[in-house]
Amino acid sequence: MATADVTATPTRRPFTGRRVRFGDVSLQVVAGAAAAATTALVGLITWKVIDGSRLAIVKNGWGFLTRVAWNPVIGRELYGAGSFLFGTVVTSFGALLLATPLALGAALFLTELSPRFIRGPVTALIETLAAVPSVLIGLWGIYVLGPALRTSIEHWLHAAFGWIPLFGPQSAAGASVFTAIIVLAIMILPIVSSISRELFLGVPLELKEGALALGTTRWEMVRGIMFPYARGGITAALILGLGRAMGEAIAVTQVIGGSPTIQWNLFSTSDSLASKIASTYQGAVSRLQLSSLIELGLILLVLSLAANITAQWIVRQTARKHGVTRGGHA
Amino acid sequence: MDRAADGAQARRHPRGTRVSAQELSGPSVRNDRLARRRRVGHAMEAGAWLSAAIAVAILGLVVWSVASKGRSELNLNLITKTPIPFSLTNAPQGLSNAFAGTIVIVGLATLMALPVGILIAVYVNEFAPPSIRAGVGLVLDVLSGVPAIVIGIFIFLLLVVGSGQSALKGSLSLAILMLPFVARTTIEVLALVPNSLREASLGLGIAAWRTTLSIVLPRAIGGILTGTVLAVARVAGETAPLLFTSSVVGTKTDWDPAHALQTIPVAIFELSESPSPQDHARAWAAGFILLMFILFASLGARALVTRHTRKISGR
Repeated sequence: MATADVTATPTRRPFTGRRVRFGDVSLQVVAGAAAAATTALVGLITWKVIDGSRLAIVKNGWGFLTRVAWNPVIGRELYGAGSFLFGTVVTSFGALLLATPLALGAALFLTELSPRFIRGPVTALIETLAAVPSVLIGLWGIYVLGPALRTSIEHWLHAAFGWIPLFGPQSAAGASVFTAIIVLAIMILPIVSSISRELFLGVPLELKEGALALGTTRWEMVRGIMFPYARGGITAALILGLGRAMGEAIAVTQVIGGSPTIQWNLFSTSDSLASKIASTYQGAVSRLQLSSLIELGLILLVLSLAANITAQWIVRQTARKHGVTRGGHA
Repeated sequence: MDRAADGAQARRHPRGTRVSAQELSGPSVRNDRLARRRRVGHAMEAGAWLSAAIAVAILGLVVWSVASKGRSELNLNLITKTPIPFSLTNAPQGLSNAFAGTIVIVGLATLMALPVGILIAVYVNEFAPPSIRAGVGLVLDVLSGVPAIVIGIFIFLLLVVGSGQSALKGSLSLAILMLPFVARTTIEVLALVPNSLREASLGLGIAAWRTTLSIVLPRAIGGILTGTVLAVARVAGETAPLLFTSSVVGTKTDWDPAHALQTIPVAIFELSESPSPQDHARAWAAGFILLMFILFASLGARALVTRHTRKISGR
């Protein structure tokens, strides 16, 4: 309650007029307390995770960030986040690389090309893809997507481009970084595409018509008018997608295989920060191991907060540039 | 309304302008370039069609796989019988414990997130000065960006360490995931309520708090519930936070939130690592029911959004 009062103190009088009523003040204090508590919650989450990883931070030192090791044998304990950071970066950027053209293409289809009668249903279906639980996409990744990729794309790529380290020999287990990338791409595709769709809808009609009247083709109009106009927003959407991909634990755990090594081979097993936490925490035997897992969570929290706040900052900058209301588009 | 939409469609349609561009371009050299520009344009348009088709096809493929692979175990036993670990017989088994647990945990999470989310929205929309409004908006966005597994770690460190897991703690972690979503949609819905309503109520001498509780909120209730259904659909499939808070469970069907309860997503996650094909089939079947619930809830809520928007704003 003490924290609530700070924000709940009215900086202007409630909109009642002459006298301050008890009911007004109580509702304002209770509602303000809820808002203040949420703010405090974000701080509490950060503090708790830092507190939980304190033992690991002290024991592991800064070397934790780059060290490639995960040895829980008591007496020879040695932990490092290097390979998991690498796995997180590879899987999330790989997913973003795959999902971006598809998401932008789908958004352009929905705003510029689609016949009117399928626009609504297709929009709903693509957004529904975002609602499919990650554990189901992971299950699908293990038993449908993984085997299919292994005998098709992975096999062909290795046969044709095996001399490139990225397309090395396939893992015996069947799980691979490549499957994880595709699973993550599927999960961020609807997010990026639905934000982009809204951005494209916000491009002023007169700009688009102006370009077309100058004789551009529709694609040239998209490239010359719509993309530059929506650039800030699309960047923000991509960063949000990246943050989502980094934080996804379950689906990645199911398909990535789990091995604490750094390899350039996309067809080998690996681990990301989130998947390591999800797959290992139940078997954590020592306090240092548990604390090191939480330190992985701390790194993940810092990365996703950085991504999230950057994206929000870009959105607010862009909103200021274009004027807060965007020409009355629904 | 229809004619206006047609007008916009016609204005957006570029074909007329393209013909004139061709007429103006004159010499054949320019025509060659135009042909190439058009080819690039057509290729890009084909790419956009293809992207949308791929996105829809993925959804179809996932739904179809889940349905076809779960078919063999998709029967009444799934929701009435408990699982039998390491079963060597063919005794019928199901995942009734997981269904009960999901109902308890998601239900409690909704009960926790809904009032707090509405209060936040009321504060932001009806009381807060603009600077605080922007600040709370940022906090909600940041909270929605915290990975689900970190929320799990947080509740684990805050409540589970020392005293063990429980469904209540699991639902608290889901409530944190729901909160920014519920608050955001409620803020949007409250902003749709016309100011004339508030002014009329205040003009009659009704206190601001009564205006909020008995004029503004009832008007917005449909939209708030729709947002809540979407939030429920989103967290019903969450696994990561529950691994930390409600995953060490028995096989009995249990409704007591003080115990750790099995949930459908966690059950699917565990069964997916089992060597038995029957376990996989049960994971697919439970996944099918979960998926159908989520798809119908989110598509249904989406269909209602337009209606509510019109009804609330009175236009």
